[in-house]
Parts: sequence; C-alpha cells; structure tokens
Amino acid sequence: MSRLRDFLIGDPTATRIVPPSGFTAVLTIASAAAMAFLAVFAIALHLATGELAARWEAELAGTATVRIPASENAEADAAAVLTALSQTPGIVEARRLTDEEQLVLLAPWFGDGVPLDRLRLPVLIEVLETDAGPDVTGLSERISAEAPGAVYDNHSRWRVPLANAASRLRQLGAVSLLLIAGVTAVTIALAASSALAANGQVIDVLRIVGARDGWIAAAFTRRFTMRAFAGALGGTIIGMIAVALVPGGVETGVLSGLGFDGLQWLWPLLVPFVAAGLAFGATWVAAARRLKEDG
Amino acid sequence: MIELDKVAMSYGGRTLFQDVSLSISPGSFHFLTGPSGAGKTTLLKLCSLELGAQSGHLKLLGQDVQGIDRDQIARMRRRIGVVHQDSRFVDHLSVAENVMLPVAVSGRSTDVSGDLGELLGWVGLADAAERTPPELSGGERQRVALARAIILSPEIVLADEPTGNVDWDMSLRLLDLLIELNRLGKTILCATHDLNLIRHAKSRVSARVLRIKDGAVALAGAGL
Ligand SMILES: Nc1ncnc2c1ncn2[C@@H]1O[C@H](COP(=O)(O)OP(=O)(O)OP(=O)(O)O)[C@@H](O)[C@H]1O
Ligand SMILES: [Mg+2]
Repeated sequence: MSRLRDFLIGDPTATRIVPPSGFTAVLTIASAAAMAFLAVFAIALHLATGELAARWEAELAGTATVRIPASENAEADAAAVLTALSQTPGIVEARRLTDEEQLVLLAPWFGDGVPLDRLRLPVLIEVLETDAGPDVTGLSERISAEAPGAVYDNHSRWRVPLANAASRLRQLGAVSLLLIAGVTAVTIALAASSALAANGQVIDVLRIVGARDGWIAAAFTRRFTMRAFAGALGGTIIGMIAVALVPGGVETGVLSGLGFDGLQWLWPLLVPFVAAGLAFGATWVAAARRLKEDG
Repeated sequence: MIELDKVAMSYGGRTLFQDVSLSISPGSFHFLTGPSGAGKTTLLKLCSLELGAQSGHLKLLGQDVQGIDRDQIARMRRRIGVVHQDSRFVDHLSVAENVMLPVAVSGRSTDVSGDLGELLGWVGLADAAERTPPELSGGERQRVALARAIILSPEIVLADEPTGNVDWDMSLRLLDLLIELNRLGKTILCATHDLNLIRHAKSRVSARVLRIKDGAVALAGAGL
C-alpha cells in the first residue's frame, strides 16, 4: 500500500525527469482519450444488447397465438381448437380474443371505429404456455386437423433470430472491448519506448549519477500512467455525455436500450482505471526491455 | 581505492593502453595529465564504469568490478562523483534540480536543501539555481557538474578538465573545493592540461601527478 502511494506521489524530481511535453505525451493522452471514448460505447452496447435479449425473451417466451382463417366455419373451428388446447399438456390457458381486443390491435393501422362485422378477420386465440411448453409439432398437427388452415405460432420464428442477433451484438461488444484494450496497451508501449529512445541523454545522465534501471523505469512508468489516466478520464467523460445524449424512450425501439441506468453508470467509470493499469504494465515492460538493451 | 592491474583498452582495434597498472590510495589527490588524445578521458571513464576494459582487472572501493551487475554499478556510482569534460544534464530541469539528481535517484529523503544553497554559492552559481542548463556558459556548466558530482559527498571524485572553461580566479576556487574535499578524506583524481593549476595545488596539498603518454601511465617527477 505504501509502495502504491510512493508510486502515485513519487519524488517530484523523479516525476519531472520525463520531459513534460512532446510528441509521445500527445500520442499517449490522445490515444487513451479516443480509446476510452470507444470503450464507453462498447460497454453501452454490451449492456444494452444483454438487456434487449433478455427483454425479448421475457416478453415473448411462454406465449403463443393460434390463427384461424376467416371462413364460415371459423366459429366452429375456434371451439374445436379451444377444446383441443384444453386437453393438451403444457398449456396453462387458452382464450379467444374478443372483438374489442382485435379492434385495439388493428387501431394503429386502420384507425378507430373499424367496422369489424364487415371485415373478414381471422379468429385469434391467445395461448399461455407452461415453462416447459407443449409439444409444438404434435400440437400443430392436431390443430390443423381440427381447423384446416389454422396455425400455432409461438413467435419463435422471429424471437430466435432476434435473440441470436442480440447475443451476437453482445459478443461483438465484448470483442471490441478486448481489441480496444489491446490497441491501447500497444500504443502506449510504443509511445513509452520512443520516449525512452528520444531521451537517451536523460537516461545517460541518470545512470551517471547512480540511478538504477528500476528507478528510471518507474519514473517513465509513472509519467505514462498518469498521462493515460488523464486522457482516458477525459475520453470517458465525453463518451458518457455522448451516451446520455443518445435519444432514448420506447419510440426508438431497438435503440432504447443504448444507455446506462442507475448503477450501470459505474461501469464506464472503471475505464480510466483500466487504462491506467494497462499503461502501467505496457510502459513497465517497454522500459525494462529498452533499458536492458542499451545497457 | 582505485586499482588497475594490467588493464588494456582499445577502440575498434586501435590500442590506447596495453598494460596499465596503477594504484590510487584512499584520501590521495592525483592529477592526470598528458597530451590531447593520450587517453585521460578514457582512463577516467574506466574508473567510473562507463567503459569496460578489454582485459586486466579493475578494483574500485575495494571491490573487483569484474562481472558486477547493473544495480551494483548504480550503487557504486553514488559513491563516485564524476565531472565530465562535456557534462550533460537533464535540460528541462533547473540547475538546482540537476544538482539534486544524485539525491533523487538514491532515494534519500534527507533534507539537503541547506547544503544545496551552500554548494551553489561555493561554485559561484547561487543566482543560477532556477535557470536551466542550456542557458549556461561552458564554465557555468562545468561548475554545475562539479556541484552535482559532490552533492552526495562521494568517496571518490573523478574530474575531467573541471577548470577547462573558466578563468584563473574561478579555477582557483574550484581547486579550493577539490582541496577541501580531499581534506575531508575524499580521493581525488583530476585530469587537466593546466600546469599552473597543478603547481598551485602542489603548494597547498600533497598532490601527485600521473602522466599518460604512448599507452603508459607513469608518476611524474618533481619537475612535472
Ligand atoms: N568512443 C570512441 N571511439 C573511438 N575512438 C575514441 C573514442 N573515444 C576516444 N577515442 C580516441 O581515443 C583516444 C583517447 O581519447 P581521450 O578522450 O581519452 O583523450 P584525452 O586524453 O582525454 O584527450 P583530451 O585532452 O583532448 O581530452 C583519442 O585518440 C580518441 O580519438
Ligand atoms: Mg579528454
């Protein structure tokens, strides 16, 4: 713990050994900022798609609809299907939608006051499945036998691809995070390495006055860790503001999940610390190698 | 304190020394003189472990330096103050910070800021503490280098033409500093062309003169 404190505070001269500005400083700060910005979005994507997949699963799982085509026999068919459903294991409840409910469903397309009696509408039966659900193949066969043209639809046709898409996006979010971390580490290692190369004179001077390689490496590492932290903090804040400004709400549908809720805001705040950790490791390794080489 | 035993040194096939043996005892004051290009700087760099000898043995501070590791070299350098002929500094740090570098790298937290002011005054740079090395003249840089070399009170001081760029009065002042250090028991090895300086020193301390010529190092007689 005291070593960590020593590292963070350091000796003022040791911290100032590394030239305060220059190309490598700009490179480190700017790339840490850009990567942090991207990381915030990747985290948002990862969280949002996870929720989206869960929500779609939850809303649609366990429900099904039987559609009986409009015909003269539709009423009789509906009664036969309801009976069949009541005898099938795996079904909790089956209920024919009332005319009012069908009106509500149609309102977005036809407006209010649709003359139902003059439209030839299919009969809809809403089905609630148990967790295990029915044997869908057997049930489908039985329903089409009772009512020709009737279809048992448990939404899997569009639920499965949506869930797949959501989980693929989630994976992409995670892969992006890994790539961002890798690129950040490599960029900072290169910046640190070229800073060491550009400061050959400083290093020679330090050696003459008796600095150990470890001391020199620590001075560079501290400087680069601080720079990466500062850059990443800036990038994270801008990224969080940008995510907060993404238009939300139910109307935007798929995008409504992109954002952070409550405690989720803590996740992006980890980004600057992770960036600092990566910078620490990358600079330390780069410095140790470089100093050993030109010994 | 410094012992060379049959040391040979060459640069890219050109032999500079063949068989140099030399013993400098603790608390002594030696000048190193000889024509330009004879190898004075090279010899001092062997003693500060900046160069390695091709063959032979070097003993510093009672320790054989053959095969010592880098951390040991670093520790040893804190006990040896070095003033180069062309001293280099951390150019973006102030003169005061440069002089304090040996303290910073040694990890000592003891307060030496009082010593710093006194030391800078002694080398005539009390007013230059907040300037940076690129703003200094050649002679001022030499004096900063000397202050940096002795801030940790090292056991050995290796000085390469420390008075190369300063006027006679300042030369005498720097010589006073070296003589004072010697009186405090430090071992001094100082390369110089300046025979007047050597004469002046010999009138004040028992300094000896090593003359380096044609790949050999010999103790010069009373007449230089
Ligand atoms: N790094 C090097 N590579 C090749 N030759 C070198 C190198 N350093 C010094 N020399 C050569 O070694 C010889 C001795 O150099 P050195 O600097 O030790 O001389 P010096 O006695 O200090 O001279 P001066 O009085 O001019 O400072 C010179 O001929 C020089 O050219
Ligand atoms: Mg020389």
